[in-house]
Amino acid sequence: MAYQANGKTVETDEEGYLVNINEWSEEVAGEIAKAEQIAMSPEHWEVVNFLREYYSEYQIAPAIRVLTKAISKKLGAEKGSNKYLYELFPYGPAKQACKIAGLPKPTGCV
Amino acid sequence: MSLLHTVAKSPFERDALSSCLDLSLPGAAILLYEDGVYGALKGGRFAERLAEAAKTRALYVLGPDLKARGLGEDRLIAGVTVVDYRGFVELAAKHQAVQAWC
Amino acid sequence: MMDEDRTDEAEGGSGIVKKFMYVNRKAPYGTVYALEVLEMVLISAAFDQDVHLVFTDDGVFELKKGMETAGIGMKNFSNTYRALEGYDIEKLYVDQESLDERGLAEADLIVPVTVLSRAEMAKLMGEMDVILSA
Repeated sequence: MAYQANGKTVETDEEGYLVNINEWSEEVAGEIAKAEQIAMSPEHWEVVNFLREYYSEYQIAPAIRVLTKAISKKLGAEKGSNKYLYELFPYGPAKQACKIAGLPKPTGCV
Repeated sequence: MSLLHTVAKSPFERDALSSCLDLSLPGAAILLYEDGVYGALKGGRFAERLAEAAKTRALYVLGPDLKARGLGEDRLIAGVTVVDYRGFVELAAKHQAVQAWC
Repeated sequence: MMDEDRTDEAEGGSGIVKKFMYVNRKAPYGTVYALEVLEMVLISAAFDQDVHLVFTDDGVFELKKGMETAGIGMKNFSNTYRALEGYDIEKLYVDQESLDERGLAEADLIVPVTVLSRAEMAKLMGEMDVILSA
């Protein structure tokens, strides 16, 4: 699989995760979101940017309960819930938000 | 001409460094790389033996492996030269043969 | 991220909490053991057990501050140890003897740990229900 953004081809693995996280850009994120049938709103971007910050700090994609806890802390309890995240990313934050954020497949995600 | 000895394993886990020190001659060069770099730690268990070896042998450590492990040159015993990959290749080319202790 | 159903299953399980210990004895980049144990710990964090992480022998090198791995083309996973707190894994132990013979001190480590003597470590190990080591 591959995405086209800014005239460049960006490779992904067979499940659609970027092969090289350094090839991520907001344009690439937009293309992945389109393929996932998600219309990116400021709320979507907030979660995607949060994940990217988390990854750059710790070098892993967080487990869902760790993500909700960390988001609660930073953005408030109403956003740090499974319900809120699943409304934004119906197929799951792991499957969709991490993919859009250009992160590798989360550790332990089946 | 003399030999270049390379040591890639941690001396705390295997006896590669120890054997290298026993079986290298004065005038030889010894390059520590990968987990082998831990042998040159100041205050470490091998510091004394290596410092003794440094009197008669040229000791080198591979810089990128040192950096990756969070070790600055200030953490090494005196008398060790830090080289980059190019330096590794030059050492190999300069010596009659390479003995790899792994 | 863990799948929701797996997390729920763990939380709705038998409720028995066992004492788990993961023993790290290998330096970080020369072999893949250190990274593999870390991944195992992160995955198992979903099961809400009483987790103890031990760093002994060359395992203490895993926690060395200031790693820069760009030059060897590998991911610097030492920052991931700082994420463990967010996974409620806060019982980290190092033994003084392993630090000493490597010329390291507690101040060299990237995360807060409890420093024990080897005798104290042996006692702690003896209290575990499950021990996994690499």
